[in-house]
Amino acid sequence: MLTLILLLIPLFASLIALLFKGESVKWFSFIISIFQLVFTLYIYFVFSSLNNGLDKEITQSIKDSLSINIDWINSPNINFNIGLDGMSLLMVFLTNLLMPLIILSGLNKNQERPQILYSLMLLMNFALIGVFVSFDGFLYYIFWELALIPIYFIALNWGGPNRATVTLKFFIYTLAGSLLMLFGFLYLYWATPSHNLSWVDLTVNHICSCKQGFIFWMFFLAFAIKIPIIPFHTWQPDTYSTAPTQGTMLLSGIMLKMGLYSLLRWLLPVVPNGVAEYTPYVIALCFIGVVYASVIAIMQTDIKKLFAYSSIAHVGLIAGGIFALNMQGFQGALIQMLAHGINVVGLFYCAEIIISRTGTSDINSLGGIRVLSPRFAMYFLIIVLGSVALPLTNGFIGEFMLLFGLFEYHSWAGFIAGLTIILGAVYMLRMYQKVMLGDVNENVTVFENLKWNEELILAIIAILIFAFGVFPKPVLELVEPIASHIFKLSFIK
Amino acid sequence: MTETIIQSSNLFLPTILIPLLPLIGFIINGLFGKKLGHASGWIATLVMFASLACSMFLFFNLPSGTTETVTLSNWFYFNDIFIPFAFLIDPLTITMLLVVTGIGSLIHLYSIGYMHHDEGFARFFTYLNLFVFFMLLLVMGNNYLIMFIGWEGVGLCSYLLIGFWFKNQAYNDAAKKAFIMNRIGDLGFLLGMFMMLYHFKSLNYDKVAIGAMSLGVNHITVVGITLFLFIGAMGKSAQLPLYTWLPDAMAGPTPVSALIHAATMVTAGIYMIARSNIIYSLAPHTLDVILIIGTATSLFAAIIGLLQNDIKKVLAYSTVSQLGLMFAALGMGAFESGMFHVVTHAFFKALLFLGAGSVIHALGGEQDMRRMGGLGKYIKITFLTFLIGTIAISGIPPFAGFFSKDEILASAFEHNKVIWGLLSFSSMLTAFYMFRLLYLTFSNSFRGTEEVKHHIHESPTVMTLPLIILAACSTVVGFIGLPPVLSHSHNFKNYLSSVFAQSKTILPAGHQMSHSMEWILIATAVGLAIVSIAFAYFKYVKQKQTPLEDEQLKGISKVISNKFYVDEIYNAVFVKPIMLLSDLFLVIIDKLVIDLLVHGVAFVTAQFGRGLRLLQTGHVGFYMFAMVISMIILLALQIFNIFNFLHI
Repeated sequence: MLTLILLLIPLFASLIALLFKGESVKWFSFIISIFQLVFTLYIYFVFSSLNNGLDKEITQSIKDSLSINIDWINSPNINFNIGLDGMSLLMVFLTNLLMPLIILSGLNKNQERPQILYSLMLLMNFALIGVFVSFDGFLYYIFWELALIPIYFIALNWGGPNRATVTLKFFIYTLAGSLLMLFGFLYLYWATPSHNLSWVDLTVNHICSCKQGFIFWMFFLAFAIKIPIIPFHTWQPDTYSTAPTQGTMLLSGIMLKMGLYSLLRWLLPVVPNGVAEYTPYVIALCFIGVVYASVIAIMQTDIKKLFAYSSIAHVGLIAGGIFALNMQGFQGALIQMLAHGINVVGLFYCAEIIISRTGTSDINSLGGIRVLSPRFAMYFLIIVLGSVALPLTNGFIGEFMLLFGLFEYHSWAGFIAGLTIILGAVYMLRMYQKVMLGDVNENVTVFENLKWNEELILAIIAILIFAFGVFPKPVLELVEPIASHIFKLSFIK
Repeated sequence: MTETIIQSSNLFLPTILIPLLPLIGFIINGLFGKKLGHASGWIATLVMFASLACSMFLFFNLPSGTTETVTLSNWFYFNDIFIPFAFLIDPLTITMLLVVTGIGSLIHLYSIGYMHHDEGFARFFTYLNLFVFFMLLLVMGNNYLIMFIGWEGVGLCSYLLIGFWFKNQAYNDAAKKAFIMNRIGDLGFLLGMFMMLYHFKSLNYDKVAIGAMSLGVNHITVVGITLFLFIGAMGKSAQLPLYTWLPDAMAGPTPVSALIHAATMVTAGIYMIARSNIIYSLAPHTLDVILIIGTATSLFAAIIGLLQNDIKKVLAYSTVSQLGLMFAALGMGAFESGMFHVVTHAFFKALLFLGAGSVIHALGGEQDMRRMGGLGKYIKITFLTFLIGTIAISGIPPFAGFFSKDEILASAFEHNKVIWGLLSFSSMLTAFYMFRLLYLTFSNSFRGTEEVKHHIHESPTVMTLPLIILAACSTVVGFIGLPPVLSHSHNFKNYLSSVFAQSKTILPAGHQMSHSMEWILIATAVGLAIVSIAFAYFKYVKQKQTPLEDEQLKGISKVISNKFYVDEIYNAVFVKPIMLLSDLFLVIIDKLVIDLLVHGVAFVTAQFGRGLRLLQTGHVGFYMFAMVISMIILLALQIFNIFNFLHI
């Protein structure tokens, strides 16, 4: 029941939001999202009590309260099967942690038709949680597709110039991926002996290894477009820079984690033979992508595009760590998904604050903001440090484990991906220097002080960056059981 | 899945207070610095002295030859690998603690005077406290990851403090360069740690050492680990080829140059290798590499130092050169001698930098020695203390630098005569350029403008007091390590003996040098230094030469004065190609190849759709026409019985 409530709150809230007029819908969505966050934390405490050695009956009742499995459609055989494990819970936590911040960021802004915008965001929240709690392939696929619709309309109606073309490109790219995934699931449905797409069945009774390669590529391409892994990334820099900032935060902070999460959930344990066969190619793609995107980021002059390419580099490393197929790779990937979600939202929010005040996103026409707003400069620096993975910030432990995972896979893979710590420092510090330091640029003569909601968001992000950097253990403990479960499933028997 | 945490002994509290106090100072100044005004400087200084007191408590209370581990928590773990957040207290740590907190305290005190008029006063002390916190983590950790936190953390503070005057983009460039060059080294450090984790399943110093010992001498794994770690040391301690950031780092305020870029942070690489002495002893190949790079750096930097005219740049190259000397000592397996030189160097180099700061302060920001001269009579305390520092670094007995240098040169003589020759030559150059600096700054008459001359004044007591204390230390600190010809007990070596005991059993033992040989070496070293000093005196005091302006330089001196164009070479070989590659990737691959493919697919689809759309014209007449034609075709097919033929 708990999971169902968690899933349904944003759906109902999204319908109710349509009834509001004007600014009040923002407060309504904010309160809902805060409630969702509190509820998620409650579920986290319920969930973690499972490890405390309670007697069997209580354990069973907790487990029952977290999952639902009922017949939904008989032919084809689809179950409404939702539940939570450590990995799902982490992703739900990330979603519900970022939603209040994303909603809060819109409070002081003039937005057209806010009731529709916020309704769409809540719908998106619903779909994202759906993706993370689905344990049936078809149900998962439905949520995956559903998540695309609100973000498409958000980008199309509230985006910047040239949005129609850019959004269409994004839509077609992802839809093409979805189509491949649909093929994959249909094929899987016919090929699997039990004729259903329950995750538990799929991961235990693998299909014949001769058919796994096909499904591997269908799924991998769908996920690779969403993540995105090079060379399937060209939709992303344009979309990130054109979509409204809240949309970009949703996309980069949460939505691309769908792809990474799905690698661990629906690819590795479902077609282990396919994975084993093609891993070398995929890993090469990942760590080449890390260097490739980092190198491009060095010369970017548009601040949002720079962050977009830096994001490609970071998620490339996460994907690479996952395909390294070892425990530190899995756990590192999960903790890094959380860290990257927080940092990338922080980065894009800083970009928004700069662009809304100066009217330009060109780093060459900026400069000296630190003179005018030292507080903003401090928050921005903390977020930059988080994303260059300085020790004691949230980016470090994940990156350390991911790089070690890759290193264990192959020392050269670790070395090449490791270049990211140098290149990341290069493009981030270059950006920070051009935008924030030096003399005040003529375009930046006035830089309005931070508003209360802006400062609140930045402060929360800064605190989270240090909190997860200094105390990573709760996250690692949360995901350890499921990571080791998937680790076992992902090896060919 | 937790390892048991053992809280032990009465040393727990002082141990955690040592790094905690600067952290508290950082937090107070960071949050309330603006409101506190100049009180922030005193708070920062106070926490430093308190931290020094705790370090001294440890020094007096740690039973000799023992090690104490203080575990705070299991920081994180994966698989069967645990990374504890724990501190290791042994004589080596305590040595570094005393240097860092001792010299750190004095430099904090000095900065209250030096930074008095700066608008970023509170921010300066915030960063300085943060730096000390990370530096203390670096030397206190009981595993390589804690060391790495400190390692990267001091890099961050170095970045923040080099670019302290952030309106100047040249300073920001220097700061960025320092951070990135250090990151190159850090990748080496990371890869070294990965190899340890892979082979030994731990990052704790003791477990790594045990694991390495089970592999044996010159095993490829141990050589790999030590080489990777050494790459980290090259970045942090400014060795060839990663040294170019250190001279640029002089952009920061002078107390920063004294604390971070002379006395403490840059010696982290030496500390790290001394800390890992067992695995390095097991890898003689790596030691040879360290010896060669250290010697080469020492000589190379000393040559560049000969023709620098910026007072801080001379000191910076001298630091690089002295660090090279320390690495050379490590490379010969003389770990104590390397550490001994770290200690003495920390005192006299901090003194020299602070003295230079006092000069710059007196001249209102002038750093070019060609615009100085004759300052000895105006700023007497600065002059006298600076003189002591200069004598100390030149290796004249009985000042501190003599003893530690003599030890290294003696080891070099035993180890390899060529290395000994090169290092002696480098020491000789050091004596020359340091006295060149001294004479150009303090002798003869003033060469700057009248306006500046009018302004010259001695620094306030908060600045001169640290100079006097450091000068006193630079005079006497060498006596903790008297050479065998003078004394039978080498206090410093004895103190550290438990740390290096194990490597002594691995490394081939050197034979005891005869006393007469030792006297000859001492005489040679001192003689060379005196000859250099005399030459400098002749050139800059008797003949009153001043260095040429940059445009007038020709030939080899132009090359040296331009630092062998190393920055330009790096720019052409690394920076430019990466920028080119970046454009290439974006324009050719992203925009052209990938998007062309994507748009190509879209274009074909669109054309296909356009073709199909022609059929959907919306005219009912056309549809009826099409229907009729279709029916006729169907009928015709029926007639010719094609359906049967096709088995439909």
